Amino acid sequence: MRTKTAVPYLFLTPALVLFAIFMAYPIIYSFLLSFQTSEGGEMVFAGIDNYKRLLSDSIFWKALGNTFVILIVQVPIMLLLALVLAAALHSLTRWRGFFRVSFFIPAVTSLVAYSIIFSIMLMSDGIVNQLLETLGIGAVPWLSHPVWAKVALILAMTWRWTGYNMVIYLAAMQNISESLYEAASLDGAGKIRQFFTVTIPQLKPVLLFTAILSTIGTLQLFDEPYTLTKGGPSDATLTIGMYLYQTGFRYFDFGYASTLAYVIVVLIGILSYIQFKVTGDE
Amino acid sequence: MKTNRVGSVLKYVLLIVGVFVSLFPFYWAVIGATNESGKIFAKPPVLVPGDRFITNIVNLNEAIGIGRVMFNSVFIVVIYTTLSLIVCTMAGYAFAKFKFKGRSTLFSMFLLSMMVPYHAMLIPLFKMMAAWDWLNTYQAVILPNLAYPFAIFLMRQNMLAIPDAIMEAGRIDGVGEWRLFTKIIIPSVKSSLAATAIFLFMYQWNNFLWPLIVLNTKEMYTLPVALSSLFGLSRIDYGQVMAGVTLATGPIIVFFLMLQRQFISGMLGTAVKE
Repeated sequence: MRTKTAVPYLFLTPALVLFAIFMAYPIIYSFLLSFQTSEGGEMVFAGIDNYKRLLSDSIFWKALGNTFVILIVQVPIMLLLALVLAAALHSLTRWRGFFRVSFFIPAVTSLVAYSIIFSIMLMSDGIVNQLLETLGIGAVPWLSHPVWAKVALILAMTWRWTGYNMVIYLAAMQNISESLYEAASLDGAGKIRQFFTVTIPQLKPVLLFTAILSTIGTLQLFDEPYTLTKGGPSDATLTIGMYLYQTGFRYFDFGYASTLAYVIVVLIGILSYIQFKVTGDE
Repeated sequence: MKTNRVGSVLKYVLLIVGVFVSLFPFYWAVIGATNESGKIFAKPPVLVPGDRFITNIVNLNEAIGIGRVMFNSVFIVVIYTTLSLIVCTMAGYAFAKFKFKGRSTLFSMFLLSMMVPYHAMLIPLFKMMAAWDWLNTYQAVILPNLAYPFAIFLMRQNMLAIPDAIMEAGRIDGVGEWRLFTKIIIPSVKSSLAATAIFLFMYQWNNFLWPLIVLNTKEMYTLPVALSSLFGLSRIDYGQVMAGVTLATGPIIVFFLMLQRQFISGMLGTAVKE
């Protein structure tokens, strides 16, 4: 036997080297940058000045508020819709494959491309408003009103991601043992009751997984508001991700942008922890 | 029985409405791409595809050089997917089939990094690229996420199932470790490789924020960045934009329809039943 112990390390080397240079180092470096500020082109240590600046930065609070409104409204609606669709598909005996593919197709489209399509459909004289006018509801200022712009963003994101989550739930439902349903039905539980006493508890880990995934995604939201609403009107759809981009790459304030990045890191940590705690101990 | 039938009809109505909502935006993109710019807002709406697709593509090419942009996107995606697949498969193999010091620490490090948002790396990465004079280059887009933690995780999960006996038999026959990996391990995980490749491909094809930051001339733009720049102009030619959108989504949808199972398992990281 030759020096076998080196083998796994050799297989790992490319990944580790790339990880160290392009992930570990940037993560640490931006943490340090978050305590620095630019003075005459040089980065100097500034203590917690950047973090203090957050407190009095009204645009930051607005961006944080927008991000949370989208998170609190969009994620539950989408996951609930995905669950309902998955249950409907699960009960089908025919056409299941067709529906699964149809609902999944939005999830393979590029974020920029679908944002553009939605932006065009939701413009004041776009097809959606024409439909609403025909129905007698009247046109909606989707992209020019602070509240409706958020609704537009939420609609678009729900369109893009519901099918993705639905397929996850459907796969999990197909893995639930038939005997659990048989036992419940012997106890006299109908279809609806079985859904709540068997399906939902069995799906708990998957529900948690999708909730965390969606939360992480929403906190980093950038492509959609950048393209669909351009953060407007008057910053009504500005997200933390977009504010970070503007701070870092329009105003080149690297220190403060890194502070914003770490706000996202901390929020993801806290919210994931809460979701773990709320859904139980596994 | 009767309520059951009503329920079943309702279910199909819900599903068919859902399918319509899912698919209509694509149809609308095709309508836009095949008609003149203003037609997308016509009253009453134009609901049939026109014959302006080629004209719109030609205009699109004049505006942003769509040929070059498509080449950039395809080139970056192909190189990225190939290299990343090699790196991540090797790492996944080490984690799945070897016991070594630091294995669980290193593996948890990769897992934990999945929770860190990409935003936390943007600024140092940008400074690095600037310092190395790599701004506006292909490698600036390709290199940073080659060791994609989720892809490593996927490959590791799928390789756990490979029986140790196969590897032992190979070693007893005197097969070297690299040959063992390429000739015995790789062929036995072909379907997971396909799924992971699709995951990486989709990630890079849709990648927007990072290319937007590091690419700054039209000649280097990828498809999402080019589309976004076109859509940001003060005078937008909607026919052109929708033609570009169709180019960005059409081929992927065709791939998806051909390789549904691999797509779904790649994007979800799970096996899919019928």
